Amino acid sequence: MTEQTRTVIDRDPAPLLEVEGLVKRFPIRRGLFGSGAVHAVEGVDLQIHAGEVLSLVGESGSGKSTLGMCVTGMSTPTAGRIRFAGEDVALASRRGRADFRRRVQPVFQDPRSSLDPRWPIERTIREPLDAYRVGSSVERTARVAELMDLVGLPRHFASRQPRELSGGQQQRVAIAAALALRPELLVADEPVSALDVSVQAQILNLLDELRNRLKLALLFIAHDLSVVEHLSDRVAVMYLGRIVETGPVERIFSAPEHPYTRALIDAIPHADPGRKMSRIRLTGEIPSPVNPPSGCRFHPRCPVAVDRCSTEEPQDTQFDEGHSAACHVAAAGLAQRRSIISTISEGATS
Amino acid sequence: MTALVELRDVSVDYAGHGGSVSAVQNVSLTLGENETFGLVGESGCGKTTLSMALMGLLPSSARVTGQLLFRGQDLLAMSEAERRQQRGDELSMVFQDPATSLDPTFGIGYQVAETVRAHRRVSRGESKARALALLREVGIPAAESRYADPPHRLSGGMRQRVVIAAALANDPSLLLADEPTTALDVTIQAQVLDLLAELQRKHGTTILLIAHDLGVVAQICDRVGVMYAGQLVEVAPVVELFAAPRHPYTRALLEALPSRGRRGRSLRVIGGQVPDLSDPPSGCRFADRCPHRMDVCATVPPLVDSDSRRRIACWLDPATRATAGLPPLPAAPTPDAPIAVGPS
Ligand SMILES: Nc1ncnc2c1ncn2[C@@H]1O[C@H](COP(=O)(O)OP(=O)(O)OP(=O)(O)O)[C@@H](O)[C@H]1O
Ligand SMILES: Nc1ncnc2c1ncn2[C@@H]1O[C@H](COP(=O)(O)OP(=O)(O)OP(=O)(O)O)[C@@H](O)[C@H]1O
Ligand code: SF4
Ligand code: SF4
Ligand SMILES: [Mg+2]
Ligand SMILES: [Mg+2]
Repeated sequence: MTEQTRTVIDRDPAPLLEVEGLVKRFPIRRGLFGSGAVHAVEGVDLQIHAGEVLSLVGESGSGKSTLGMCVTGMSTPTAGRIRFAGEDVALASRRGRADFRRRVQPVFQDPRSSLDPRWPIERTIREPLDAYRVGSSVERTARVAELMDLVGLPRHFASRQPRELSGGQQQRVAIAAALALRPELLVADEPVSALDVSVQAQILNLLDELRNRLKLALLFIAHDLSVVEHLSDRVAVMYLGRIVETGPVERIFSAPEHPYTRALIDAIPHADPGRKMSRIRLTGEIPSPVNPPSGCRFHPRCPVAVDRCSTEEPQDTQFDEGHSAACHVAAAGLAQRRSIISTISEGATS
Repeated sequence: MTALVELRDVSVDYAGHGGSVSAVQNVSLTLGENETFGLVGESGCGKTTLSMALMGLLPSSARVTGQLLFRGQDLLAMSEAERRQQRGDELSMVFQDPATSLDPTFGIGYQVAETVRAHRRVSRGESKARALALLREVGIPAAESRYADPPHRLSGGMRQRVVIAAALANDPSLLLADEPTTALDVTIQAQVLDLLAELQRKHGTTILLIAHDLGVVAQICDRVGVMYAGQLVEVAPVVELFAAPRHPYTRALLEALPSRGRRGRSLRVIGGQVPDLSDPPSGCRFADRCPHRMDVCATVPPLVDSDSRRRIACWLDPATRATAGLPPLPAAPTPDAPIAVGPS
């Protein structure tokens, strides 16, 4: 790749959110044999730029929600660093931390759990404005109306209770409340998983529109890969607490490097009977995060594992600008391609 | 196609305080021997109700009308005892959540063996051998050593395999699978779908697969039925349904799905909301949200054969129109006609 194309690809060089070496362990007591820990997140690096949608995918228990909770400050990491707009969140003053919590907002899977069933929705949306004392009372009322417009809720819904709304409308309310304080990053944990297809489409359109209009960044946690493909700019694939591959969405879906990513993408059931499912079929189950496998954590299920996979942990290899994966076999493949190319070009020059 | 199951004008109403809920209305449907049939539709459209009606497991508040024929016998005319017998011999069911189908206190092998014994007079030794064979068949690795494991020692995917093993104990001719993979991860879901397809091939079992995920249905079904608010609106072979959906609701549903071709574009939204089934519209239940609504739509469109392979219930369709003596419409709307209407 030439220097010139690289500058084109590089966007705003300073990421909005930067996570480095993040670790989150949950201590557990295990019967008579003392204690151990759930290794929920084990050394994760990631970056999100303003206006960017980064999706986090992976099977149940891979640590997606835990990572999301650390990013929103709802959970304290065991180790590692989170920087928001260049500032280390853990080192921030109390005011700095309050500011961080305002600028990063969560949205959850089940809108009902994030809405108070007794409150009219207008109160739910207004609550963060009251809590942070944003503007005068009149201004807050105006802001509530503005937020309802923004997420496409009719104004006459203001006095309704959550149970008088459909699932999609409830999720709009939750999103409106999350947007009240003009955050720069939304961490949305499976925000459409509980919704029907037609309702899901509304929320996906809304998130896409918000990103475009407000330059909002989104950490989108999901297990539905068609949804991820639709919405994301970049994708990070998690397996047992690790990000095993990350890259631009087109690349991840068309030419993934990590065998786990390939298996995940092959397992997507497409609403297109002509397109047959899974060429690679994973056998076995996700191992326990209390006792993750040695070497590459994926090796017991990996269809292409080699000897060293069970002993040596693979490091991140960069395959392209912004695209990396941690896999011995993929890295060897890349090295081979490179050596062939260099042999050819040497042959050409000599 | 020999019919195994035939539903004729089946309706189910749930009685409740403040009126009844019309959960299923006038559904007519035939399931052939050896067929995998997918029933899809959004939450609350009546999929589970319909399958429970087939199983005879609806709560007492439910009233079923119409005819439910199994090998030509009317299930609704049977006594409770006959029904139980018939269910034990011919039907099995797999639910979404394997945790609720298994007893947490007993070993998985024992539970499968008990199901075997419930259906057949066999010795303990024989039922154990059969249970082991079933566990192996559904791909439980090292079945002997896992035989005594309680369900919580197994992952969700493995538990669902155990449930499927138990469901096979009576060698059913009809297996009802209600969202069997919804609670599973995609790689595990793929394994379980493979398993169902393989079992179908091997035993010739008829499978009624209920799912809200159209992708799941597209993978293993031969034919698909689409339900909307209690009405069955379209039935077609799976390839044809996805390639050329005809009912306005089916079209809208497919357009709302994110897919590769639609990246970067907004998804189609179906305006309005699902009707309240305690006070449903009197005619086509999709009418409030349908861009093609006409006066005649205030009458329920019957589900009729549109051609030899497809059934449809919509007043746009010439076959449906013919039932009311209406001439075909001058120009049938193309599949690309806009579906999105009104505010969401
Ligand atoms: N508070 C907690 N205490 C102990 N273990 C926990 C806690 N929260 C999460 N875990 C464990 O950490 C691991 C990661 O869980 P997490 O919820 O982050 O996964 P996930 O990727 O979000 O999964 P899912 O797709 O099922 O939501 C799991 O093994 C989980 O059981
Ligand atoms: N026992 C009941 N009493 C009253 N109404 C009921 C009862 N069970 C279901 N219903 C109603 O009947 C309708 C159909 O429900 P059903 O469970 O069959 O839908 P479904 O298609 O299986 O939905 P889902 O995809 O959410 O499982 C819904 O409106 C539901 O609220
Ligand atoms: S490192 Fe080895 S086990 Fe891990 S994904 Fe790559 S090939 Fe498979
Ligand atoms: S019957 Fe009428 S309202 Fe119903 S789908 Fe057809 S055109 Fe639309
Ligand atoms: Mg989670
Ligand atoms: Mg159901």
